[in-house]
Amino acid sequence: MVPAWVVVVVSLAYLGLLFGIAHRGDQRAAAGRSLIASGGVYALSLAVYATSWTYYGSVGRAATRGLEFLTIYLGPALAMGCSAIVLQKLIRVSKRYRITSLSDFAAARYGNSRLLGGLVALIAVVGTVPYIALQLKAVSSTFRLVSGGAVSTTDVPAYADTALYVALVLALFAILFGTAHLDATERHEGVVAAIAFESVVKLVAFLAAGLYVTFGLFGGLTDLFEAAAATPALATAVAIDGYGNWFWLIVLSAFAVLLLPRQFQIAVVENVDERHVRTASWLFPLYLLVINIFVLPIALAGLLTLGPAVSPDTYVLALQQHSALALLVFVGGLSAATGMVIVETIALSTMVSNSLVMPLLLRRPRWGGPGLADRGDLGRLVLRIRRVTILVVLLLGFGFFRITGDALGLVDMGLVSFAAVAQFAPALLGGLWWKGATRNGALAGLTAGIVLWAYTLLMPELARTGWVPESIVRDGPFGVALLRPQELFGLTGMGAVGAGVFWSLLVNVALFVGVSLAGRRTPAEAGNAALFVDIDRRTPGPGTRFYRGSVPVARLRDLLARFVGAEAAAALVTEHTARRGVPLPDEALADPELVRQVETALTGAVGPAAARALVASVADEEPLGMAEVVELVGEAQHLRELDRLKDEFVATVTHELRTPLTAIRAFTEILRDNPDLPTEERARYLEIMATETERLTRMVNQVLDLARLESGQASWQVTDVDLRSVVEEAASATAQLFTDKEVALDVEVDGPGPLAHVDRDGVMQVLLNLLSNAVKVTPPSGRVRVAVRADDGTARIDVSDDGPGVPPSDRELIFDRFRRGAAGGTGLGLAISRRIVEQFGGTLHVSDCGGDGRGATFTVGLPVPARRR
Amino acid sequence: MARILICDDEPNIVVSLEFLMRRQGHEVRSVGDGDAALAAVTEFEPDLVLLDLMLPGRDGYEVCQTLRADGFRRKIVMLTAKGREAEITKGFAVGADDYVTKPFGTQELVARVQQLLGAGP
Repeated sequence: MVPAWVVVVVSLAYLGLLFGIAHRGDQRAAAGRSLIASGGVYALSLAVYATSWTYYGSVGRAATRGLEFLTIYLGPALAMGCSAIVLQKLIRVSKRYRITSLSDFAAARYGNSRLLGGLVALIAVVGTVPYIALQLKAVSSTFRLVSGGAVSTTDVPAYADTALYVALVLALFAILFGTAHLDATERHEGVVAAIAFESVVKLVAFLAAGLYVTFGLFGGLTDLFEAAAATPALATAVAIDGYGNWFWLIVLSAFAVLLLPRQFQIAVVENVDERHVRTASWLFPLYLLVINIFVLPIALAGLLTLGPAVSPDTYVLALQQHSALALLVFVGGLSAATGMVIVETIALSTMVSNSLVMPLLLRRPRWGGPGLADRGDLGRLVLRIRRVTILVVLLLGFGFFRITGDALGLVDMGLVSFAAVAQFAPALLGGLWWKGATRNGALAGLTAGIVLWAYTLLMPELARTGWVPESIVRDGPFGVALLRPQELFGLTGMGAVGAGVFWSLLVNVALFVGVSLAGRRTPAEAGNAALFVDIDRRTPGPGTRFYRGSVPVARLRDLLARFVGAEAAAALVTEHTARRGVPLPDEALADPELVRQVETALTGAVGPAAARALVASVADEEPLGMAEVVELVGEAQHLRELDRLKDEFVATVTHELRTPLTAIRAFTEILRDNPDLPTEERARYLEIMATETERLTRMVNQVLDLARLESGQASWQVTDVDLRSVVEEAASATAQLFTDKEVALDVEVDGPGPLAHVDRDGVMQVLLNLLSNAVKVTPPSGRVRVAVRADDGTARIDVSDDGPGVPPSDRELIFDRFRRGAAGGTGLGLAISRRIVEQFGGTLHVSDCGGDGRGATFTVGLPVPARRR
Repeated sequence: MARILICDDEPNIVVSLEFLMRRQGHEVRSVGDGDAALAAVTEFEPDLVLLDLMLPGRDGYEVCQTLRADGFRRKIVMLTAKGREAEITKGFAVGADDYVTKPFGTQELVARVQQLLGAGP
């Protein structure tokens, strides 16, 4: 039909185009202008689900089994449409804990179990091999068909087999695409862009094929169906054979759309924005619907004109009579196969290197301990492992293809893979909602499930090729009929696949639940279980979820006073009352917000668990439900989380302290070791040491300030303060800084003297901090503006600078005491400032100056005296 | 004598490093961020780069990785915080030759630099 060299050139040009798109995608990602930041692209990339199986196999399935092919699309459509919740939780957990593959996920959920991670990686590889074989088979047989060669391959030696070269070329491309460099997030924006493009190509090509067959070869749908109806032998194509199979196929494919390695990679790891899931939940099912519209017409047309002598799996292509159209259809099929192979092998290579090879290598003494750190080429080693994995997986696929040859249809091979990854469902999806799930339960379920899978699903397929004696499948091992793989324990009526899936999943779930219930969780397992299951409740800070009781304001205040002092306790209550705007007498019942504030203040003093218990002890709480009791126990985990945050805080502070210390130590040693230095140089170095010592002192003071603020021991004198005088005093105190850097300072005060109800020193400290930050980030001869005005109920101070601005993603982070200032060197100042103004019921936040992203405006909002409200 | 490129965003630490390197008779160039470091390597062709890991914008790892990817074969010494094994491992993974923890001892720093300069190509 088309000369072989033309097909080869077109195929390579197409792959080259893909590579170009991926390259562009990576460049755009690096430049911060992502190509894939849209729900539409996400949905299209999810359509990597539609492989050669969809493209060629659905027609083959329809021609032999009727409407059953639809199940493979109903499952995912249901899964995506109905359980966006599952996907969102998977994404949230994976993002929060930096999970980059299925095996990582399993290991992390079950107490960082390497064994489980390794098992998942192994099953993923073994389970996916038939699926990859399917793609090789589709590409190589359609290649021969489109270039006019023989379709059968059984008698060709391996080295002359087109499939081998297809495998090698695909391996090369997967390596180029996926392992160009090492990235900690394992995200490949370029690949995703290329995959989304491929989804468009295969859809267009398939629709073109369908339109041609329906309207070119026949006179439209009516004509085609009438011709089919007139041929009694074609009844199978619209028949439904047994709903037992339907149910299991829908279940399998619903799992597969989340748990196939490539689907997890695209749907979870490569997801850039959780909101895209919503778009995908209708767009992806729509895609599946559209790409299936012409399956039945093509199957009927194939049966009518070509008959069963031609393999129905190739009808899509075999029906095309124009070479250009045939080439387009071939490229469509090629894109379906390459998309699958590239993403699947990239996902598998991550799993194999992270969960199988590296853990094994690290265990060998030669690699352990400090030796590892001495390896300069660890990154290169990881990349090499991944490249080899990609090649090996494709060669395994080729091997499986050689073994099974023409004995299997595309869909049969695919279903075997679906059933293998469905074994992940209990451990992974169950573990996302059930805290009681244990590592041993997951291991037991997964192992039993995969063994039964091999016995009931893989072995019968191998038997059809003659690799396993057929008698085992026909009569059962040793002639024991009860053990026949496809009718295990006499189960019939669900179809062979249905029975296999039923038994493997049944035993899997039973062991997963049974072993989990029988055993005990280690602390690591329990901790991670709570972190995964309660992902949405693990937002910082204890909430009000326990409080259902009633407590008078006075009792709550007295409780707080015992820990933070009477003054601070009274201030908190007064401040809360002021904010509510309604008087709150001592005997009135505290509202949940006040309880939450008291609990938060106590948490700073005694930790969350004790704070919780203290509040409960004074409140007349209604009996707690089971869920709350479980939550209380979970507090221990929350404590651990808080510990981690404290570690991070310590790390931040020590980093900040380390910088001046480094300079001081270096110059001390320089002066010691070089007594002959010229006087000016000595003076200069001593000056640096003095400056850095001062900086160190300031930082230590800041840490102490923060500690005092957090424990509620800071004492404030809240009076009516004239903001004009405070701003002017702060401006003159920092005047030297501005002069030194030649930055202009404009102060603009609205009206005679806006008053605020605050502590004067506190506001002064905040202003000094904001002004010194502003001058630090503003380039020389730039300008800093301070504007003060009072409007209804609040006084506002805006401090604007000409610096680089604060990106929207960092606008809360910079006030977090646990984080290092995004601008670097701002240290704890902003965290302290925010806490100070919050003490008076004020606010502090940052925005950009003119809306063009340049410059930052820090806005302090302060309460005004009561009579002016 | 060798050419040394210093990349750190703390001016006073840079001053101390410049002094120590010049004292050994090396030619020194200093930059304050990753982009400038990449540009300086092309132009200055240093024999050794003293590279701080915590840089604004493009961080030290990225600079190191980019340099190696661009075929830079000379020595790279990371300046890192003590007790951050993960940082050190990652530093080696992206192609650094050695590391010195901050606050560094001046004699140790100089000894390591001299040893590396003597060792490689």
